[in-house]
Parts: sequence; structure tokens; C-alpha cells
Amino acid sequence: MSSETSAMGGVGGLSSPPTSKSGGGFTPTPRYDSGSADWHADALDVDEMVLNMGPQHPSTHGVLRIELKTDGEVVKAARPHIGYLHRCFEKHAENVDYPGVIPYTDRMDYVASMGNSLGYALAVEKLLGIETSPYVQTIRVIFAELQRIASHCVAVGTYGMDIGAFTPFLHLLRDREKILDLFEWTCGARLLYNYNWVGGLSHDLPDGFVKACRQFLREYDAITVPELMDLLISNKIFIKRTAEVGVCPVDLAISYDLTGPNLRGSGLPRDLRKDHPYCGYERFAFDVPVGKGQYGPVGSCFDRNWVRAVEMAESSKIIHQALDALEKMEKADVHEKVPKRVKPAKGEVYGRSEAPRGQLGYYIVADGTAVNPYRVKVKSPCFTAMSIFHVLAKGMYIADIIALIGSLDVVLGEIDR
Amino acid sequence: MDAKGINDKLAARFGEKVTGAGLEAASPFAVVAAESLLEAAAFLKDDPELAFDNLMCLSAVDYPKETPPRFEVVYHLLSYKHGHTFAIKVHIPREEPRVASVEGLWGVANWHEREAFDMFGIAFVGNSDLRRILLPDDWAGHPLRKDWQDPDFYNGMHVKPTPQMAERAMGGEKIGVGPFDFTPPNAHMEP
Repeated sequence: MSSETSAMGGVGGLSSPPTSKSGGGFTPTPRYDSGSADWHADALDVDEMVLNMGPQHPSTHGVLRIELKTDGEVVKAARPHIGYLHRCFEKHAENVDYPGVIPYTDRMDYVASMGNSLGYALAVEKLLGIETSPYVQTIRVIFAELQRIASHCVAVGTYGMDIGAFTPFLHLLRDREKILDLFEWTCGARLLYNYNWVGGLSHDLPDGFVKACRQFLREYDAITVPELMDLLISNKIFIKRTAEVGVCPVDLAISYDLTGPNLRGSGLPRDLRKDHPYCGYERFAFDVPVGKGQYGPVGSCFDRNWVRAVEMAESSKIIHQALDALEKMEKADVHEKVPKRVKPAKGEVYGRSEAPRGQLGYYIVADGTAVNPYRVKVKSPCFTAMSIFHVLAKGMYIADIIALIGSLDVVLGEIDR
Repeated sequence: MDAKGINDKLAARFGEKVTGAGLEAASPFAVVAAESLLEAAAFLKDDPELAFDNLMCLSAVDYPKETPPRFEVVYHLLSYKHGHTFAIKVHIPREEPRVASVEGLWGVANWHEREAFDMFGIAFVGNSDLRRILLPDDWAGHPLRKDWQDPDFYNGMHVKPTPQMAERAMGGEKIGVGPFDFTPPNAHMEP
């Protein structure tokens, strides 16, 4: 295949739109907007070729399409195209009432739904001035951290699979399954929970939950965490594949608003749970792991994944303490503070929380007259992580692009919303 | 530094270009005149006492009922150095929505501005790659505007209910989901 024809395929090729006989308001516009002219086939050098990756490529973790301008094996420029999974979250949110938004938030980051609904519930509570009871807060912490473990299991597991290690994925999914069982036991759902309500929770913990959770953590601490470190993180092939790839310096990470493990992988110890504690995180002792660059420069793909792996152990520490605290507490009504009708006064709030993939922000505007939000904007950590992609991808090998996408741990449901 | 201190510092530097503030809001903000946005943003980023090195969120809001009708573009800022947060807003006229891009200060603004352009049709002057980002390239219109009407056709395809379906739906029957669903009229925009 000559470089020119495949480049045509990459840019789109279809220069004139299909004409339609039935008009009905259809105004023909160019089908593909190729943006800058230097991506057009005529502008490419003879050695250059535009390569389409996705939207069905298994390593893009969803439906992400990336155009790569390649010279042999080297990527000279990259252009991500998102929006394949756009489900109009923000438009929907304007047309349902405040509690009705929560099931939609679950569907954004479907690998970590608990964190999404928690962030939204906290933002609306801040708008209404509701303070939930310590009992509710402790349960929220337990579920947020269980969700973090489950989410990192998928993130690190699939990352290993992306770059050729299949077994750790199976081991991690085994543990994720146990966490999903705990969730299902509590609220009936395995993935999309609708659990964190405005002012409370949908269900109280079932009898015997603490014991079952402790049992899970015993196995998890004793087997999964050391296993993950031995099998994957300290694996020589894994280190070779990741330690000098996709290096993101800390100032670039801040400029492109990388948050969560991606930012901490670049060496900045910033965690919302420590800096601006919510849900009573200040009562629990835990460390914030930071990328150290053991095998290469700080901020590489290895560091981001090492941070995730260590965080999985730290989350377990938090859950242990929260379970202890819960046992000393009296049971409270988890619906106590749930308002019958949520209708905040005119105002606005920017609520943020530390979701497994980074800082999740909700900007909510209330007009004071309606029971539905005037505007909801979501700052998704995956969206901002994807926006740095074209900077990091420049000059990499195509094979390393796979390693880079996985290390940023993006979930396309949250990018596209 | 608290919100009042940040606002005072901003007002001392820009005077009457700071046209309003909401310091009692759950997330405090100041309103800056659109023509001074770039200077104010650069000041907030570069001043050592403020040092807003991170743009957490950039959002747009449509206010068609205000006089004059306007869009608001909201910049939520965070300083990793000091740990404080603040927001600045600009009001831009609804007829000719354009505002300077802050991409040069915070790289992440590029994609946020593309999203605001996609959903609201706001032109960010100076953005290096102002294309649609979430919607298809051939989409017409900007759906998060409050006066948005769902189109009858998309690429020649009929995407609204047929008259027969509409009749059944008016009789109280639940008709379909997605494009064939009768969404309730937007509560903020009476006809």
C-alpha cells in the first residue's frame, strides 16, 4: 500500500458529503474536518504515513481513535479523536431532578461508579448545606476505597495484558470479583450502583458485612498485593517495557491537569484525601505514594503503575481502620438526611473528590426555581489525561504508544460522558 | 490566601475591570471583563502569592434570559503551591460569543475550550485547534444552549417521531426511548 493511499484513509478521504434527497433541515457540511492542513495527504513527506489506531483497537480501553503520523516505527505526531461514547450526560442532567442525575453519573466511569456518584452527592450536599452522619461517611469511605482497589485491579491488570503479561490480569480480576460480590450483596448491583444518594445511601450495610469484608481483606493483603508486586511490577520485562517510556515532567503534568496516580507518578505528592479531606478521611492514617523513578526517569509509565499498585495496599489500610471505626459506632439511619425534594437556592458549587483516576470535579449551577440543575459540568480526570496524549506521544515508537495509553488509565465512558 | 484576599489583590491590580464578585458562594468567584481576561489570567498564574498553576475546570453556562443575554465562561483555578482555589468568570454577549483563549497559560484549556465551542458555539480566539470534540464533525448547532431544539433530520435520516407515534404518545402511551422519546420541555426555557 503506498503511503499516499493509506494517508487518505487516515484523514478521511471522503471530501464531498453524501447528498440527500429528503432535505428536512439537513445542511450538507464537510464530513471530516481534518483540522490543520499538515495532516492532509498532499502535505505529508514521502516517508510519512497516517495510521489509524482504533476505535476498535483492544488496547485503547474502549472506543478511542488515534491518528498517528508515522515515519517508519516512529510517531511524529498524534491526534486523538474522542466522542464515540458521548451520551449527552450534561444535557440529560439539565432535564432530570438532582437525585435523578446519580444513575447517569454511574455510567460515566463504569469501572469506578462508586467514586462518580460520591463526587456528585458531595457536590450537591455542599450546595444544600447538608452534613451527613459519621456512620454514612464511614460507609462511603469503605466503598470508595473498595472501588479504588477494584478499579486499580482493572487498570493495572489490563495494562499488563496490553504489554504482554496475561496472568496478572486473571489474578486481579479474581479479587475484583470478590469486591463486586460485596457491592452486590449491599445494593443489588455489580457495576452501576446508584448507591451514594444526596444526603445518604440507598441501603444500609447488610448484617455480617464487616466480617465478610475483613475476610476479603485478609486474603487480599496476604496474597494479591505481594503477588501483584512479584508477578508484574518487579517483572524484568515489565520494567524494560515501561521504565523509560512516556516520561511526563511534573510541570507539564500540572499544565495539562493530570491528577490522581498520573500526577503522583510524576513525583508530586498531591492527594485530595490528604490536602482537603472529605468524608472524614482525616481520621485515617495512610501514605500517599509518589513515583520515585527506581528504574528510569521520574514520571514514566512504570511510575504511574507503581503508584497504582502501592495505592492498592494503602486503600486496604484505610478500609481496615474504617471497619474498626464502624464497629465502634452505633448504627444510624442512612436515609436520615435524604431530603424529600432537592431544590437548592440560587447558587453554584464546584465540588471535587479523589476518584480512582484522579480529581473528579462537578460544577453545578442552581437557578433557585427549578428542581433540575441549571447546568452540570463534569471535569473528568480521564478527559484531561487524554488531552496530554499528543504531547507525550511525539517521538515514541508505535509499540510504546500502547504502553502510554494504558499507563494513563483512561476510561472512554468518562472522557466522552 | 482566602477568597477575599485573592479578590482584593485582583481588584487592586485591575480596578474597574473586575466587575463583580461572589465571595459568599460555595465556590467563590470574581467576574472579569472579557477584554482583560488574558491579563488577569496571566496575573493569577504568575503572581507568587497567588500562583494558580493549575486550571481545574473550564465551563460555559448559557443565560438567555439575562439582560443582555449572555454566556458565562468559568475558570476554576487551583494553586498546588499554596493549596487555595478560586474561580474567575467572564460575561460574553450571546449574539457574538468570542473570548480569548487561555491555552498559552494552561495546556489543558485547549480541550476544555474545544468542548465549550462544541456545546455552546463560543469562539476561543487563539485556540490552536478549535474543532468539535465530542459531537460528530458534521453536526449542526450547539446542543447545550438553552434554546436548542432537537433536529428532525440527521444526515437525511428522520430522527423525530412520526405523526402516528406522536398521536399515540399524546394519548398517554409511552413511546420509545432516545430520539423517539418525548423529552419534557426544558424547564428553563418556556416557549
